[in-house]
Amino acid sequence: MLPVVDPPKRDPYTAPKIDPAVAARWLVGFLRDECLGRRGMENAVVGLSGGVDSAVTAYLCVHALGPRNVHLVRMPYRTSSPTSLHDAQLVIDALGAVGHTVDITAAVDGYLQYEPEADARRRGNVMARTRMLVLFDQSAKLTALPIGTGNKTERLLGYFTWHADDTPPINPLGDLFKTQVWELARYLGVPPAIVDKAPSADLEANQTDEGDLGIRYARADAILSSMLLGYRDEQLHARGFDAAEVALVRRRVEGTHWKRHLPTTAMLTNTAINEFYLRPVDY
Amino acid sequence: MHGNSETGPALVALVQSKPRKGAYAENLASLRAVFSQLASLEPVPELIVLPEAALTGYFLEGAVYESARSAELFGHEVSSLWRDVAGERPVEIAAGFYEVENGSYYNSAIWLALDERETRIINVHRKLFLPTYGVFDEERFLSRGNRVRVFNSPLLGPTALLICEDAWHSIVPTIAALKGARTIVVPSAAPGRGIEGEGELLSISRWRELLRGIAMEHGCFVLYAGLAGFEGGKGMTGSSRAIAPDGEILVEADAREGCIVRAELFLDDVEIARANLPLLGDLRAVLPDLLADDELPWLRGQTDATGR
Repeated sequence: MLPVVDPPKRDPYTAPKIDPAVAARWLVGFLRDECLGRRGMENAVVGLSGGVDSAVTAYLCVHALGPRNVHLVRMPYRTSSPTSLHDAQLVIDALGAVGHTVDITAAVDGYLQYEPEADARRRGNVMARTRMLVLFDQSAKLTALPIGTGNKTERLLGYFTWHADDTPPINPLGDLFKTQVWELARYLGVPPAIVDKAPSADLEANQTDEGDLGIRYARADAILSSMLLGYRDEQLHARGFDAAEVALVRRRVEGTHWKRHLPTTAMLTNTAINEFYLRPVDY
Repeated sequence: MHGNSETGPALVALVQSKPRKGAYAENLASLRAVFSQLASLEPVPELIVLPEAALTGYFLEGAVYESARSAELFGHEVSSLWRDVAGERPVEIAAGFYEVENGSYYNSAIWLALDERETRIINVHRKLFLPTYGVFDEERFLSRGNRVRVFNSPLLGPTALLICEDAWHSIVPTIAALKGARTIVVPSAAPGRGIEGEGELLSISRWRELLRGIAMEHGCFVLYAGLAGFEGGKGMTGSSRAIAPDGEILVEADAREGCIVRAELFLDDVEIARANLPLLGDLRAVLPDLLADDELPWLRGQTDATGR
């Protein structure tokens, strides 16, 4: 009898891997080039939520620009979890970066007092857009480039507030799935309290991303990474993915293409911007 | 064609055999035991691939004349073994053998398709590039093949067979892919050499890079069945492997031991790979211009670029 050599047992839900050292090196190069090279800006400003995405972004910025040139802004609302504030401080302390705290309660409530019937979704969007306002104003005040923190998973699933989380002009993490951000976070030495906790937008008490989405990040990332290569649903089913989860992911991706674009502009002339008049972003 | 999302993956077994030199009958008996083992596997493989010179060993020198078979006889002998142990169960078998036809001898590989009723020879590929340098002396004893056919495997669809050095000339798998091959199957006998590498012989690394390059450039599966065991001091490097169209090594055996290597091929991975890296489509568009280049030596009646 000959020994039988089988392929390694493959779990279709294996999250897409990265080499975090390679990714970190590349992203530090990206940040240096965008801030120092292209824009001549020595400072960056990052909204620090206490979550893993903004923590990783902060670590990368400090590697790229040095701790004294990185401004980390905590923007709590009165219902924000104290843990978030505390975890954000862990990052500021660990990096020796410049910490700021801007309480957005008065600004948010100043508007929402006229909209008492606003539900949690609307209230969350107001908070996210208020944080965007603060971040851009801090950018002007500090002469610091705002750095985005959105990851690929939330971008694909449309799990973000349009013209809020996605507004900074550059984003180092936007092509990394959430599970890859976790891997990068461990490599960079982000405190385990931040890496290991359940991700949350912290817009409501006990809210978690995975509860909102209806799927675990590890499973969504595995589906997304195959789906984006072009596999149709039946091909994903044949490869062992759960049909209901595939449908959920597909529905979210296909219902949110608009969120990953600039506003749709009616074309009327032969010089329509970004239709006829085309110039690269770095031209 | 099987192996798509409706029918599940195509089930392949690569047999990394260690034949005893020139002992055809004994090696045939060993193959019967292997077939019996394969037929008892759950699930039973749908394609079995054997290495180059699978039932004779590779370095035969003049003894090739005593060991060669006609394709019909070799096909009959091999398919009869399967019928004996597996009855009417359908299977496809690819195997390397020394072929004789009308007094000419070839290093060939056969592709057999067995269904409930009949055994068909789907293709016989005759090795194009006969290594005749250093330790190799094929062309002294063998004639060359002169074309790469792409044939329709009932299991895999359009497929090409290449033997060993055929795969080292990038134009050969390129021609196979241009003619429509979605899977390239390479029976091989590769004597190992090069101890400067880390962890394995350099020739093993080189083969792996080469085969991954073929898979990735053309977006096709590559199945490699390597002969194992020593032949008069020359160690064959086995390393049978299946490679996906994106270059992922699905499975790979060790170098020296006989074994059965199983792989599952989702054949529609070919479309995905080609859509994501459309090099083959690009080549189709540009190739006519490249071939019409009047600086190519043979179009100028010259044998090489130096003008001689």
